[in-house]
Amino acid sequence: PALELSLSPQVSAAAAAAGAFPKRVKVVEVGPRDGLQNEKTVVPTPVKISLINMLSETGLQVIEATSFVSPKWVPQMADHTEVMQGINKLPGISYPVLTPNLKGFQAAVAAGAKEVSIFGAASELFTKKNINCSIEESLARFDEVMTAARAASIPVRGYVSCVLGCPYEGKISPAKVAEVSKKMYSMGCYEISLGDTIGIGTPGSMKEMLTAVMKEVPVGALAVHCHDTYGQALANILVALQMGVSVVDASVAGLGGCPYAQGASGNVATEDLVYMLNGLGIHTGVDLQKLMDTGTFICNALNRRTNSKVSQASCRL
Amino acid sequence: QEAKTSGLPEYVKIVEVGPRDGLQNEKVIVPTDIKIELINRLSKTGLPAIEVTSFVSSKWVPQMADHKEVMRGIERYPGIQYPVLTPNLQGFHSAIAAGATEVSVFGAASESFSKMNINCSIEESIDKFEEVLKAARNMNIPVRGYVSCALGCPYEGNITPAKVAEVSKRLYSMGCYEICLGDTIGVGTPGSTKRMLEAVMKEIPLNALAVHCHDTYGQALANILTAIQMGVAVVDSSVAGLGGCPYAKGATGNVATEDVIYMLNGLGINTGVNLYAVMEAGNFICTALNKKTNSKVAQASFNIGAVN
Repeated sequence: PALELSLSPQVSAAAAAAGAFPKRVKVVEVGPRDGLQNEKTVVPTPVKISLINMLSETGLQVIEATSFVSPKWVPQMADHTEVMQGINKLPGISYPVLTPNLKGFQAAVAAGAKEVSIFGAASELFTKKNINCSIEESLARFDEVMTAARAASIPVRGYVSCVLGCPYEGKISPAKVAEVSKKMYSMGCYEISLGDTIGIGTPGSMKEMLTAVMKEVPVGALAVHCHDTYGQALANILVALQMGVSVVDASVAGLGGCPYAQGASGNVATEDLVYMLNGLGIHTGVDLQKLMDTGTFICNALNRRTNSKVSQASCRL
Repeated sequence: QEAKTSGLPEYVKIVEVGPRDGLQNEKVIVPTDIKIELINRLSKTGLPAIEVTSFVSSKWVPQMADHKEVMRGIERYPGIQYPVLTPNLQGFHSAIAAGATEVSVFGAASESFSKMNINCSIEESIDKFEEVLKAARNMNIPVRGYVSCALGCPYEGNITPAKVAEVSKRLYSMGCYEICLGDTIGVGTPGSTKRMLEAVMKEIPLNALAVHCHDTYGQALANILTAIQMGVAVVDSSVAGLGGCPYAKGATGNVATEDVIYMLNGLGINTGVNLYAVMEAGNFICTALNKKTNSKVAQASFNIGAVN
């Protein structure tokens, strides 16, 4: 039955009016980048392009397209230029790309990128293991990107990884997350996406961390990027929404496993997020059925089952 | 301290339904000795309540045909409740004869569901339970009342919070010590959970309420969190997330106990349950069922060999 996919308008309106939730949430779709980057199977360029084009038809306003990082490090994203140049860029939709340094930034802009993202971390050890430098040094690198972006009027989104825990350091203090977020925000990032990289957070630690960060960065400039490795993602997102966060990252079909826990899941599924937001009467502009169809497409291409429970439940086999 | 300052309950009682609701909804039927072993292992985890089996005709629920043997075969630890389902007076007597000291009855907030499930109206089903409640009262046996389809029905679709409150109130005034509100097909979201609980809480005291959320649409933990934020302090769950959804082929059903405990631990809420011990019990039953766990915490933990 279609019951689970739609609410009567009266119920939706009542729900939105009653709670302390934002009326609208912007969903940032990271499947084509974060998702595909963390899948075992490398997907051919035409499939990536089809995926992004299909996502562009779902009502999503932001779709992270690819990563301009050396194919030596991330072979799954080696076709970044072709993907960027091959996709249909619909007006009103943003297609940010990752740019870890100035070289990547320049390649991205040359390929037609109009928005970029940079990745910081709240953990020294994670930064060292991941990009072989300290947090301070990584921010200095980003400064170059920021300067170039400002000159080219290109908006920059800042990610902070390990906000609720680090695979190497363990606990991460909310104060540290706030410090790194503040730095990236004052460097000129228009939005800071707080990532629970190993999905270890719970509503308690999410609340604590956001409380600290919200002292330094306005809530309107905050986003959450929750991983579902321990099944906590939607509960963590719920708490973030209750605190006023209105931008949430997710990955179609829950693409992208966790590189730190073999076989475990990673990104939260966009379908499951949208289902929850619909139920809360929060407007996303996303067509859930089209989203599920897109998820089916990419899972077939990857020859894998979806990680989205909504998709699993709705699929009539 | 975290739980105290946040307005959340300091303690949440977990009612483990894996051996009954879980196994009843698994494709593979599990032999009696495995059922008993599972329950014995769960008894050592700190869980305060474990739903053991169902005294229903084996014609309807073959997976629970061995109810007597299971009830008699398990080790009963002092301080742990071992409720069983009893759909009618006959089942109740059979349960008592087999040594049960607590029973549960199942009502529904949907007429269609009631009709399709037990072939009678809500009113008729409540009459049947009345007999059970009377007999239970005479023997000082506590009765837990379940209300199915609290957030939606596979046949009727939307269910009004008022109807859920009405059925809950009936069961409570008949003498059930606790009313467990079940999102039978997992369609609920934090919004509908809140609205339903607000209606029910007008009729039933908070400390007599429990939630039984299904994770069919991935919403269970968010719904449970919402319930806890409203003061509910009893939560049903199933080890390893045993028990698929009979209304959506291939979909999941019960929320995994491990994942619930992980969340509660993170919130500083006491449950008395050893998460690692539950994961081990989950590993045992999944091996026996030859299936992968539905618990994300178990998936993540067994693969990196570390537990938080």
